[in-house]
Amino acid sequence: MALFQRRKVELKTQLSSYATHHLRVFVSSLGRLYQFPGPSAMTVAVIAIALALPTGFYVALKNAQRLSGGWDGATKISLYLAPHVSEQQGLNLSNRLKPHRQIESLRYISQSEALNEFADRSGFGDALNALDNNPLPAVIVITPLIDKEDPQALDRFRHEMERLPEVDIVQLDMQWVKRLLGIMSMVQRGLLVIASLLGVAVILVIGNTIRLDIQNRAREIRVQKLIGATNTFVRRPFLYTGFWYGLFGGIAAWLLVSIGLAFLAGPTSRLAGLYQSNFSLSYLSFGGGLTLLLLSIALGYFGSWLAVGRHLKEIEPGQ
Amino acid sequence: MIRFDNVYKRYESGQEALSGIDLLLDKGDMCFLTGHSGAGKSTLLKLLTAIEEPTRGSLLVNDLNLGKMPKWRIPYLRRQIGVIFQDHQLLFDRTVFDNVALPLVIEGYRHNEIQRRVRAALDKVGLLKKEKLFPMTLSGGEQQRVGIARAVVNKPPILLADEPTGNLDPELSEDIMKLFGQFNEVGVTIMIATHDLDLVERLGHPVVSLKEGKIIRDDLRERRGATP
Repeated sequence: MALFQRRKVELKTQLSSYATHHLRVFVSSLGRLYQFPGPSAMTVAVIAIALALPTGFYVALKNAQRLSGGWDGATKISLYLAPHVSEQQGLNLSNRLKPHRQIESLRYISQSEALNEFADRSGFGDALNALDNNPLPAVIVITPLIDKEDPQALDRFRHEMERLPEVDIVQLDMQWVKRLLGIMSMVQRGLLVIASLLGVAVILVIGNTIRLDIQNRAREIRVQKLIGATNTFVRRPFLYTGFWYGLFGGIAAWLLVSIGLAFLAGPTSRLAGLYQSNFSLSYLSFGGGLTLLLLSIALGYFGSWLAVGRHLKEIEPGQ
Repeated sequence: MIRFDNVYKRYESGQEALSGIDLLLDKGDMCFLTGHSGAGKSTLLKLLTAIEEPTRGSLLVNDLNLGKMPKWRIPYLRRQIGVIFQDHQLLFDRTVFDNVALPLVIEGYRHNEIQRRVRAALDKVGLLKKEKLFPMTLSGGEQQRVGIARAVVNKPPILLADEPTGNLDPELSEDIMKLFGQFNEVGVTIMIATHDLDLVERLGHPVVSLKEGKIIRDDLRERRGATP
């Protein structure tokens, strides 16, 4: 009887059947999720929400940074020159400062120009004419380059300007800039904390789901082990299940964030319109979305790996 | 093929299930393991499949010393042993075909090879036409034959059966035992635990009897003694 002539399985055959087997488990673990659509959808939804929250915050922060990028241009530093500084000296100073790496652009306003401007805008022209000499100082108005990573840089730049002998007073309404940048870096940090916590939550949710799955399939696992399945073999479908949860959770999170932003887009552009701004919300970039998916898959896989490592050993035949 | 040398098994509860077992099955031997429930039949089978470890003594299966075997080798040992259970241990969410194919899938056989072998095994137990059915729709005897097909599909050198005819009527039992006889004829070493003494006597295979964890009858040894 040929049935009992044992033949060795060739390595090549084994490799190709290994790949086929992986593919089968890959697909059949997806099939199992589909078999229990209710519970699977719940798990995916929990993962999606947990991932959508930090992702949404992240996109909001990116938008806020883009918006505040527009405000950076509005930050001006005014150097009021001392009265003894002549027009020529003032021009020399402004030429000297031009190549400074923290200056984006500057404009020199001489004493007479300042007077004209003031007369034009204030409507005190006649009153000014009554004065013997021009009380207004010459001004160099600087548009600084702002380094968002280093809110202190602007402060240091101001001190540097104050030390110039020609300069009398440096005026910078920088308090709000500093605060804004400070708040943003704090929000960014907070976001990181929230994202990490929710990432852990995703791992726990998937781990728990897989644990229940393992318990439900304890009999099957015992039978498999009894007829010679290795731990790797038994583990495989659960790891793939974690992969699928991660993938679907990530996709759903991406959708949630996109829908949420679409929901906000209308009011945002109306609000921007009131400020004569053409600002519009930017969505999660494709690269950002892919990162979200990869991260989500990694969390899913890791979560199931943890659960499998803990619970599979407890199931042995003969219990 | 199977060799017990002064094997003891004491459970953590303190119960001594086997004490001083000496037993030898050569390649191609077939024997019935009898004894009352609690005599140690199940424990003996559990030792052979590495579900339990011997407390003392040495146990060799196909030249593998089970006491000194690292844990990761257990699956590979189990692939050499086809086991048939009283309650079949089939997976009810899979078809007959998929149940029988499981050992081959575990060992990484190629798809067409799996199909060929599963069909051959099902043909052998007379269930070829039922490969697409689910185990629930089969009778007890048919389920047991599916279990047997699964145990032999990867051509293991050893077959163990734990009360394989426990729930079957005498006629079906005899059919199943004849099936084991056929496997034995092609050189498979077979040990069948049963308490169906009538059947055992009728079939005339050697008997090993256990009582309170000790061997009280060993036809294999006597036979070897008679023909030196």
